[in-house]
Amino acid sequence: MEPVDYIARLKRTYAKLGYPAYQWVHSETPPPWAPVRKPLSESRLGLIASGGIYAAGQVAFHFKDDTGIRAIPRDVPTAELRTAHFAYDQTDARSDPNVVFPIDTLRNLVAEGVIGELASHAYTFMGGIYSARRVREDVAPALRQRLQDERVDIALLVPV
Amino acid sequence: MGLVAREVEAAGIPTLSMTSALDITRAVNPPRAAFLDYPLGHTTGKPHEPALQRAIMLEALDAFTSLREPGQVKHLPFRWDEDERWKHGMAGTDTRTERFDTPQYQCEEDRLKAAALEPGDCPVCGLEDL
Repeated sequence: MEPVDYIARLKRTYAKLGYPAYQWVHSETPPPWAPVRKPLSESRLGLIASGGIYAAGQVAFHFKDDTGIRAIPRDVPTAELRTAHFAYDQTDARSDPNVVFPIDTLRNLVAEGVIGELASHAYTFMGGIYSARRVREDVAPALRQRLQDERVDIALLVPV
Repeated sequence: MGLVAREVEAAGIPTLSMTSALDITRAVNPPRAAFLDYPLGHTTGKPHEPALQRAIMLEALDAFTSLREPGQVKHLPFRWDEDERWKHGMAGTDTRTERFDTPQYQCEEDRLKAAALEPGDCPVCGLEDL
């Protein structure tokens, strides 16, 4: 079966409910490109996830264009991971965070030697931000700076 | 997240964006993507299936080197189930939660823990000192 056409589906839903059409981001320019320079087994990997993940003890995300980010230590106990997001069914993510925040998966691959190491922290945010401008001007540069400070070789991005 | 991918890649760090919404990913067009045809909320696998989660991640990570052109998407060889009934329905109803402007804790215990943060504590890391 073909992949779900979410943009068309949401357009129909919003029209039916009388909401204004949602403005999806359409990039007009080709994406930038940075060549991979090291084998995975020698690389320091940075994880970024937008499923609203926070760790117990941190302030949770709010749902009104929260542009904050959270730093999750790479050795965080999985049982202390939480989610706060308004736009997806969090049932499975709250039962096993690895479905939107693959921290155990990545830790195991490091232990196996498949991945060199993880950055000291993973970085998370709540991806339901309706202002593309605020993502471009606030969230994206903040995350980019964290990855640069962490001196990662590659970045794995996990949206929901 | 595609905007984040572009920002990070432009700074010289190769990125791989996982996705379960192919059309949204194609619209924002990140440098490299790996598409898993699963219901939203399962970008990296099914719950409590670590062997499957590992297999998905290995196929995805392969895209760091197998994708050679900007904007390519690797389709990961996994299906949620045989009949893919999850792809039907859903249209016409709004399942989102109200967009509250205060922190939305998963449980009351988390709210109490976070309330113990001091005004000077870092909101990014919480109790953790970076």
